[in-house]
Amino acid sequence: MNFPILSSLILLPVIGSLFLLFSKDKNSNTGKYVALFTSFVNFLISIYLWYQFDPTTSSFQFVEDREWLKGFINYKIGVDGISILFVVLTSFITPLCIISVNNSVKYRLRDFLIAILVMESLMIGVFCSLDLVIFYLFFEAGLIPMFLIIGIWGGTRRVYSAFKFFLYTLLGSVLMLIAIISIYWISGTTDITQLYELGIDSKYQNLLWLAFFSSFAVKTPMWPVHTWLPDAHVEAPTAGSVLLAAILLKMAGYGFIRFSLGLFPIASELFTPLVYILSLIAIVYTSLVALMQEDMKKLIAYSSVAHMGFVTLGIFTITQQGIEGSIFQMISHGLVSAALFLCVGIIYDRMHSRLIATYGGLVSVIPKYSILFMLFTLAALGLPGTSGFIGEFLILMGAFKDNFLVAVIASLGVIFGAAYMLWLYRRVVFGKIVNKDLLKMTDLDNSEKLILWSLAIPVLFFGFYPEPIINTIEVSVKDLIEMYNFNLNNIIAEVNN
Amino acid sequence: MNNIASILPEIFISLSIMFLLLLGVFKKNSSIIVHYCALASLLITGVLIFNESLNQNIMLFNDSYVVDKLSSYMKILTIIATAFVLSISTRYLKIFKIFLIEYPILILSSVLGMMVMISSNDLMVFYIGLELQSLALYVLASFNRDQLKSSESGLKYFVLSALSSGLLLYGCSLIYGFSGSTNFEIINNSMNSDNYGLTFGIVFILVGLAFKISAVPFHMWAPDVYEGSPTAVTLFFALVPKVAALTVFIRFLYVPFVSMIEQWQPILIFLSIASMIFGAIAAIGQSNLKRLIAYSSIGHMGYALAGLSVGSNEGIQSSIVYISIYLVMNLAFFSCLLMLKRNDEYFETIDDLSGLSKNHPILSLSLLIILFSLAGIPPLAGFFAKFYIFKAVIEQSMYFLAIVGLLSTVIAAFYYLKIIKVIYFDQEKDKYDDDHNIWLKASLTLSTLLILLYFIFPGQIVEVVSRINIL
Repeated sequence: MNFPILSSLILLPVIGSLFLLFSKDKNSNTGKYVALFTSFVNFLISIYLWYQFDPTTSSFQFVEDREWLKGFINYKIGVDGISILFVVLTSFITPLCIISVNNSVKYRLRDFLIAILVMESLMIGVFCSLDLVIFYLFFEAGLIPMFLIIGIWGGTRRVYSAFKFFLYTLLGSVLMLIAIISIYWISGTTDITQLYELGIDSKYQNLLWLAFFSSFAVKTPMWPVHTWLPDAHVEAPTAGSVLLAAILLKMAGYGFIRFSLGLFPIASELFTPLVYILSLIAIVYTSLVALMQEDMKKLIAYSSVAHMGFVTLGIFTITQQGIEGSIFQMISHGLVSAALFLCVGIIYDRMHSRLIATYGGLVSVIPKYSILFMLFTLAALGLPGTSGFIGEFLILMGAFKDNFLVAVIASLGVIFGAAYMLWLYRRVVFGKIVNKDLLKMTDLDNSEKLILWSLAIPVLFFGFYPEPIINTIEVSVKDLIEMYNFNLNNIIAEVNN
Repeated sequence: MNNIASILPEIFISLSIMFLLLLGVFKKNSSIIVHYCALASLLITGVLIFNESLNQNIMLFNDSYVVDKLSSYMKILTIIATAFVLSISTRYLKIFKIFLIEYPILILSSVLGMMVMISSNDLMVFYIGLELQSLALYVLASFNRDQLKSSESGLKYFVLSALSSGLLLYGCSLIYGFSGSTNFEIINNSMNSDNYGLTFGIVFILVGLAFKISAVPFHMWAPDVYEGSPTAVTLFFALVPKVAALTVFIRFLYVPFVSMIEQWQPILIFLSIASMIFGAIAAIGQSNLKRLIAYSSIGHMGYALAGLSVGSNEGIQSSIVYISIYLVMNLAFFSCLLMLKRNDEYFETIDDLSGLSKNHPILSLSLLIILFSLAGIPPLAGFFAKFYIFKAVIEQSMYFLAIVGLLSTVIAAFYYLKIIKVIYFDQEKDKYDDDHNIWLKASLTLSTLLILLYFIFPGQIVEVVSRINIL
């Protein structure tokens, strides 16, 4: 059990990208197979990791602890029930992204694959790190490949979007850096497990919470700092959008659970109304905005903001159901939004238009595509039997427990969600074929079928049988909430004395 | 005799300057020999300093000259940077037909001046060192004398620098007048902090020093001089003099005037904040890369000063780490700049980088790494440099400085991103030459790898620097 399995998960994609970097051939398929092979091996390792994972304990497993900056920071990584699923999700989505480049990336394929693989390493690093500084390193470093992916392979306004993405997120994160260094001087360590035990002095918690919040709110993204997301999504190439929606956004949700709740219980309690209000605005407002979109990618991007609103709402209910629902929702949204972006990408590759008005009546031209698109549409709106339902249901259950009014308003969001997704589907797939060019469209090819089915199966499977996920996260979430309440009561008792 | 042994490196370098001068005068077409001899003598000096660094603090010549860990470290830094400058600039000088014996000799004398500055423990010694290095730098700035811009930059630098030297000297005389000595130790002992005369003296000297490291608002010369001087000289300007000036900052503030920290700390914080913000904002509008790097170095000096303003050993050490990493990053950047050459013509505007990534993938990748590192994005070396600074700043609860500093990194990130955008997102131009000399390639590879892989062993340099304890 001493084999550094997490480090190998982090390192393997980088090694693969080095191979690509030093290969002579720039555009051949060999590079793609190398990348695919590496990421697939990584996926298998992560499945093995999940298989070996012991869900009956909330302590961190597969921990590696190495001296890094002497007497200051250790390279410490490990997973618990909350983070392991994100690792698996990352390593699952990446190979699909690599398969999808077939049609969408026309030039500099090798560089694209390098960027994707480096991105995978960094994202896995974010979810594994058990030290704030290490977390920050991975969290920020991810900006570099993503900036390039949007900027080099993006659409017409790619430069604007890439800059906006980079500067928004950087601005959010620098405050978090100050907070991390402050935590070091306040508590003497940045090791998360030690910080969980020590707790952080209550008089600093509010400011620190806000600093972390500024970073996570931009990354989630929460209203009103969500505007970078539609731009980034619209301009990014399909694989970039998929990574962005499926994994990058989850870093913030994960950060909220791991850091905001775990480290700053007093502040979390205090700021819960703020998060509730922002989440509700995100759910209702961005759903309405999504209704009005002409561009399919933009519509899905706004729907992502709304879904992440559910996630933040669920996290800050601080109930077993709410947090479990949020994690479930993040995993499910990772699969569903990835699939939706791929669906849009598939018809974009054929018609070179993302405008809804271009399409209509696709069902009679490309029926196989239409069926799968339908499945993901229904999953996005949370139909029972798909993974989308479980997450939303649990979150709303948690919310009802905590605050009735909030839950009612959030439920409205579910209705809006159904409205914009179904309307999108109706306009694109049903109706008469107005645009004659559509008749030339071909149905899914093998690689596209492979990608979409491999996303569809887990969506359905976890929709009917959520047990594997719930089982993995249950104990960790329970202990997190217990620790949260324990710390909270301790501090309140201290204040009362 | 003991004294002589401890200043062996300085003696050796003076002798080699004289020898090289003779060699150059009496032997025709000897520039290449002089060049390599200069390089060799630098390396020998480096070894001598390294030997000497094993000793503990030594005071020489009535305590006016000090050899300690700080001086050895900074001298080695100076020597290494200069050696790289000498080795990568040959091609450029040859193409501009200024491959003369004066170039290495002037650089060596400037280095000698810096070494004296670094070791000075007395206002007089410090001033002598400063003038020695400055005089050599004036000539170097106008080294390409047939070119109008180069002569102009030399003159500009001379006039403004002379003014700042004057202020500095005035400050020295004030301090001498009010404390009765020019020696740092004696000043420290006879200190009376209510004395406004001394405060004025400190202010004047800080102004002079701020000028030397081009901190705002004494930065006006930097962009013009950087742009006008031949790139081989700009390279030297951008790298080496900052090290010596920063050392003097440390010694001057923390040996004689450490008890007056309330007086000088606000000045330093102001210089630091102004440099960080101004450097970041003014660089946005630049189109010439040398001008841009001048503004960028103004910003970087702001961060180094932020570390110095803290008033703790951690702060000083973080500044030293910062300047070391800054040297590596700038060396890498200038190596890239010296590679932008087509048919014996050098290019130095941002537009010339357009679409570089298509024809020169490796060079572009290096530039990408260097620029992200200059912007301070993890996991590159530039991030750690800033990280140590802010760690020290936040330890003293100077949150305002930390927040302003980090916000200006976001502004600065914008103009670095602009260059990356031009390299990676824009249309390509003609290919540049690929026949670079081996030194240039080596220095680029080495420095880029250092920047990229720094995060694997981030502790090494900190450990070396942590032995430097001034307080």
